[in-house]
Order: sequence, then structure tokens, then C-alpha cells
Amino acid sequence: MIRLGSAAMIGLMTLSRIAQLIAVILVIATFNFVLVRAAPGDPAQVMAGQSGASDPKLLEDLRKEYGLDKPYAVQLASYLGRVIRLDLGYSYRQRRAVVDLILERLPATLLLTVTAFCLALLIGTTLGALAGLAAGSVLDTVFTVLSLVLYATPVFWLGLMLVLVFSVTLGWLPPFGYETINVKFSPLAHALDIAKHMIMPVTSLAAIYLAIYARLMRSSIIEVAQQDFIKTARAKGLSGPSIVVGHMLRNALVPVVTVAGMQAGALVGGAVVIETVFAWPGLGRLTFDALLQRDYPVLLGIFLILSIVVIVLNLLTDLIYKLIDPRMTTGAA
Amino acid sequence: MNRREFTQAMLAAGAAIPFGITRAAGQTRGGTLNTIIQPEPPLLVTAFNQQQPTLTLGGKIYESLLKYGDDLKPMPGMAQSWEISPDGLTYTFKLFPNITFHDGKPMTSEDVVFSCMKVLTETHPRARQNFARVASAEAPDPLTVVFKLKQPFAPFLGCFDCTSAPILPKHIYEGTDFRKNPLNDKAIGTGPFKLKEWVRGSHVHLVRHEGYYLKDQPYLDEIIYRIIPDSASRALALENGTVQLAQWTDVEFFDVQRFKAQKNLEVTTKGYEYFAPHQWLEMNNRIAPMNDKRFRQAVMHLIDRDALAKRIYFGNAKVATGPISSKTKFYDGKVKRYDYSIDKAKALLDEMGLKPDANGKRAEIKYVVPPYGESYQRAGEFFRQSFARVGIDLVLVGTDMAGWAEKVGNWDYEMTQNLLYQLGDPALGVSRTYVSSNIKKGILFSNTEGYSNPEVDKLFDEAAVTLDEAKRQELYSKVQAILVEDVPVAWTLELEYPIIYDKAFKNVVSTGIGSHETFGSVYKS
Repeated sequence: MIRLGSAAMIGLMTLSRIAQLIAVILVIATFNFVLVRAAPGDPAQVMAGQSGASDPKLLEDLRKEYGLDKPYAVQLASYLGRVIRLDLGYSYRQRRAVVDLILERLPATLLLTVTAFCLALLIGTTLGALAGLAAGSVLDTVFTVLSLVLYATPVFWLGLMLVLVFSVTLGWLPPFGYETINVKFSPLAHALDIAKHMIMPVTSLAAIYLAIYARLMRSSIIEVAQQDFIKTARAKGLSGPSIVVGHMLRNALVPVVTVAGMQAGALVGGAVVIETVFAWPGLGRLTFDALLQRDYPVLLGIFLILSIVVIVLNLLTDLIYKLIDPRMTTGAA
Repeated sequence: MNRREFTQAMLAAGAAIPFGITRAAGQTRGGTLNTIIQPEPPLLVTAFNQQQPTLTLGGKIYESLLKYGDDLKPMPGMAQSWEISPDGLTYTFKLFPNITFHDGKPMTSEDVVFSCMKVLTETHPRARQNFARVASAEAPDPLTVVFKLKQPFAPFLGCFDCTSAPILPKHIYEGTDFRKNPLNDKAIGTGPFKLKEWVRGSHVHLVRHEGYYLKDQPYLDEIIYRIIPDSASRALALENGTVQLAQWTDVEFFDVQRFKAQKNLEVTTKGYEYFAPHQWLEMNNRIAPMNDKRFRQAVMHLIDRDALAKRIYFGNAKVATGPISSKTKFYDGKVKRYDYSIDKAKALLDEMGLKPDANGKRAEIKYVVPPYGESYQRAGEFFRQSFARVGIDLVLVGTDMAGWAEKVGNWDYEMTQNLLYQLGDPALGVSRTYVSSNIKKGILFSNTEGYSNPEVDKLFDEAAVTLDEAKRQELYSKVQAILVEDVPVAWTLELEYPIIYDKAFKNVVSTGIGSHETFGSVYKS
């Protein structure tokens, strides 16, 4: 009976979460719309500005085509109507469907950011845990200093330095781009070619995340190590490794998962700086260009998708909590 | 145009025919040119978008009737010869035979008439003004185009470069909404190169148009434009040979010097004669103290423009003497010169009553920094220091492209920096900044400073419709003298953008259009 009740509860909760989700998305869409329009600038004028020539007819034509000649409220209503129909509209500047533009750039961004994120998470937490377990040792000091340096290093600078060493001086790696252009590859060779292009951008991007997770994991481990239940486990006579794996790591991971969950949203948004330095054809650059151009449909489309991803990832984070920390499932203190 | 000039034009046209179709010794076919495009163009159809990267790329895909040499004289493009009636009203162009579009269909005089009179007048602001002067355009036979003007327009022959009058296929665009035509993505022109692939965010791949009408051209197999958004990465790509050509602002001015030392690279500032980028400190003439001529004259005195050219632009610039660039027709250097003199500037400010207060401060002026990159930021700092020397506090206001366009277009600024292309003739690229008929709120690159002088209006108007070159020179000399005295804007520099390329490539800069040119004659040795 109790189990059925809780299942029904979970069902109800899920439904209410979905309803909340839709409401939140509409609120976010409205907020995005108002925010984007609050910035000074007019897409028609930007286009004229970059063309080095302008006249009233051009501005009038463009504004009419973009629907910018209509009152704000009408524009907002038509935008929300399209959001509900899952239509993100057309880019002013590129005159192509926003969905196509985003989907075209998403794979490159995900490849870059997810790889960097996973590597950072894996290496960062491992190093952090090792440092935390050996707190105060030489190893700990080395790791701590290293992570501090990485954390403080500007991403673009690190990227450029890597290029200088590995592309210019040593000539080992391609300096930028996603793949070698204009060469026919077998699928395997193509994958290897992309992997080769990924090394430096992934390293630059992972560095800062790695430092964050390492530092977080280290302090988390130190904190958990002083908890009573660890002492109990030791008193029970459990072996060192089983205490570390079974008790300390699981608990210490909770804050790391929280932070990682929050940062994961940014992964989809791309890494504007790294994508720029390495000429990586991702979503971050699309966003940045759209912002400079005041290409409202593209900006709103990206913002909306990012918002949805963040909301979904928050839900996922909640689920992961329950996996690593069973206390959260029952709601018991 | 008088009889002598008419004969000259005809001779030039005749002499130029073999120029276009013969092949000099040593020109080999084959090879790939890797170069840069930044920022990524939104589309490649130059009739619908005239941003600089669009023109660089689109210049290979779309051609027009003429080209212009570094002396700005017309050369054959798709027109092999041309004739101007003695009254200056009828222009007859003879096209090369066998010109085809990239889809294989022939290009005829019908396409020219359709493009100029139907498409460009709808979508291209510059062309709209030029072709508004045409009373009728006809295609009496497939290889002949005749334009009849409403009244003489001296620079009409200067309106047919690939950026001003690109020719589109009538069979694709007729009866459609031009800007939304689905075939815009295919970018079908007549140029020596056609679009093979555009991977957004990565590169644009052009390959040889096999049906090109000039024998053996294009010599190159393909051109790959790589999209590299970061200037340091672009410089690196040029340095290590990933790309073999950089143009316009691909390389920052402070990086140019080191490429001059790199042995395999050629650095030239030729190829910008048609555009002649002219830069100035723009002052809103509607607001005090900028509404006083003496203040604007003081500004000319207080900026050390030699130092600006050397320190901020690293020598890639020449001091401007007035509204017309020394590279543009009818330039007159014999005008009043404003030497760098803080004392003269102070005297003028004192004379107009703008005296320093107890703290030595005369005025505070907001300066909107144009968002066009590092050099503009540095120039802003340079101006701030210059104005501080006479007690004027220049407050730098940062903004992005959209913000700048809105502020300047709507006259909501005090000072900023501006730059315009001169387009080979004062009637095309200079008068627009000074004539009062072009004071249009909301419109960038109009007379945004709000200068108005009936005499200047009259001189510019008369010079545009006068055919006699000597008479035009006289009128433009007069107008230059008046403007230099009135200082509607404080001219600073004639910018000299570099074209940097691998010496293995020849003919990279062959006309005054430079890197916007078709590149049909570029070859790899």
C-alpha cells in the first residue's frame, strides 16, 4: 500500500513538474523576448551599417520583412504563438530556419564540450579525491597549486599558447578548425582527423572545469572523512579501499554533481572563447554573431533551447542525487 | 566627357580586348588558394548583401560589365567594349560572346537589363541611386546593352564594378521574391569560380567554372575561404602557410609589420584604389560646441595625425588633407593645411569663448568608440589624450555594432569616428557625406553630422552632371577649399589596408578593386 501510494505520488509529481516546465518555458520565452529587445540596436540598421551604404527604402523593406514595423505586443504574441507550435522562425541575417542553424552547429559544440566536460569530471574528481585523501602531503600541495594555476589561467591564453607550442613550434597538431578541409578520408581516418583537431580545444576548455572539480572534490573528501559514519565504518573493521569507494566517494560526489549539473547547461551553449580561438564551428559562435547582429530569432531560439536543456538537466541532477545518495529518495533526514 | 576623352575611352576599350583573353607565358593552370573570410558572410549574393566579406567572396561568383584599374580607368569586365554618345546620355556596352551562368544557361544582355533595372534597384542601395538616373535600358541584341540617362551623370561608367552592379540570372529571379529565392543558396553567377560547398562556421569552397568565357581562365582549380574569427589565429594561419592570402582587416595593423619580414610573403597596399577608405573624426554639427566652425578647426589642429598614422596604424595610413582621398579622382592637395599645433587650437577655442575653468577644463564631450576592432579602440584613446592637452575631456563610450549604428544613424552622438569608401568618384562616394539633401535621420552613411551649406550643395550637384573633366576638377577644387575651411568632419587618415599573399601566387592584385576582384587571372607559379 505504501509503495503504491508513493508511486502515485511520484506520478502526480511528474505531471505537476511537466506542467511547471511548460509554464516556466513560456515565462522564459517572454522574458527572453523582452530582454533581447531591451538592448539598443536595430537589426535593419546593423545590416545597413555593415554594408557601408544605406537608404530609407532598404531599412523599410528589411523592417517590414522582419515584422519589426508591428507593435511590440503583436510581435511578442506572434512569437509565443510560434513557440507553442515549436516553430523557432527564420534568421534575419541568414534567411534560413533557426532550427536548421542550431542543429547544424550543435554536433560540433556537443563533441567539444561534452568531451571536455567528461574528461574534466573524470580527471578532476580523481585528482581531487587523491589530494583530499592525502591532505597535507606533497602530492596534495602539488595538485592544489596546479589546480589553482589552471583555474586562474585565461582560457584564450592557454589556447593560444598550446597553438604556439604544438602547431607553430612542433608542428604536431592543426592550429584550428574542426577537420582537414578538402581531403577525402575513410570514416576511421576522418574520425581520427577530427580527434586530432579536438585535442587542443578540448584541453583548453577542460582545464578550467578540471580545476573546479578537483578543488571541489578535495574539500568535499576532507569534509566527509571527518564525519561520524566514516569512523563507524572504520570501527566496524572495513578495509580502507571499501570505505573510500563505498562511503566517502559517494557522499563526497554530491556537491560535485550539483555544480556539474548547473554547468552542464553551459555545455550546450558552447564555449564562445574556445570556439573563436580555434575557429570551431559551434553554437557559441552562432550565439555571439547573432547577438552582434541583433538577429532576434536566432538569439531567442538558442536561449529557448538552452533554457529547456537547463531545466531538463536539473531534473536529471535530481535523479542522479537519488542514485548516489539513497537518503534523498525516501526524503528521510 | 569631351571628344578627346571619348576617344581615349574608346582606345582603352579597344586596347583592353586582347588583355582579357590572351594568356601570357608562364601562367599555369591548377592549384588551390587557401584564404580567409571574416566575419562569415550571411549569404553570397552580392546583389542582396554588400558587407565586405560578402563582396570578397561574391566577387569571384558574380561579375559585372567593367573593372577598374589602379588609376580607376575602366577596363573590360563582361563588356568587351563600350561607347558613350557625345551628349553623355547614351551608354552602349558590347558583351563578350559565350558567357554562361554556373547552371550552364547563357548570359545575355537581357540578364544585364533585368539585373540593373529590376533587381538592383530593389535590393542594392548604392545601385538604386545610380540606376535611378537611367531613363531606359534596352537589349537590342543578345550582346548589346544600351542605357539612356535622364540627364548626364559623369561617373556613370564608374558604376559597373562587381560590387556595384553584379549580374544575376533572369531565368532564376524573374517573377520571384528576390531576397527569398530558394536558389540564393546556390549563388549562381557568371564568375570564374562557382560555389561547391559552404560548411557554415568552417569554410566556403569555390571551384572553377568550366564554362568561363575567357580562354584558360580561371587558372586556379579552387579557392577555399576559411572562417577564422580570431585575429591572432588568422595571423598564425598566414604565418604557417595554412592560408596564403589575407585581405582587408584579416590581419590587425600591428601585425602587418612582421609579415613584411617574412620572405615568402608579399605585402602590398595596392588594390584599394577604388574604395579608398577615408577616415574621420565625426562631430555632430547640431550640438555646441561642435556647431562652431572654430571649434572644428581647433580639432584639426589638436590631433597629431602623423603620430596617429604611425603609432595607431603602424604606418598603414596616410594623413588626409580634406574630403577627397588622394587616390580618388579630382583630389586637390592645394588646400588649407591644419598643422599639429596645440597653441593654434587653444587660440581658436579662446576666440570662440570656450575658455578653461579653474581646473583647466573647457568642455566634456562624449565620444562613441566604433566597434570595429582594436585599432578603433586605440584611436579613441589617442583622441582622448589629444583633447586633454587643450582641456577638453573626451569621455569614451563603448558600444557594439548595433548600438553604434543606432546612435550615429539617429544623430544621438556628440563625436565618433567614421569611415567611408570613396568608390572612385566624388559623386559616388564623397558628396553623400556633405550635401544637405542627404541629411536623413535613421540612415547610416548619410550626412549624419548635419552639415549644410547651399554653395557646397550646388557645387557637388553641378560637378556630378558636368561631363568636361577640367570643369569638374574646377568645381571639385572649389568644394574642397570650402569644406576644408568649414571642417564639417575632422579628416584624419586615408587608411591603407594590406593585401598579404604568398609570392607563389601571381596577379593577386590586378585592379583597383583588389581582393574583391574575380581572381580569374590569378595563377600559382
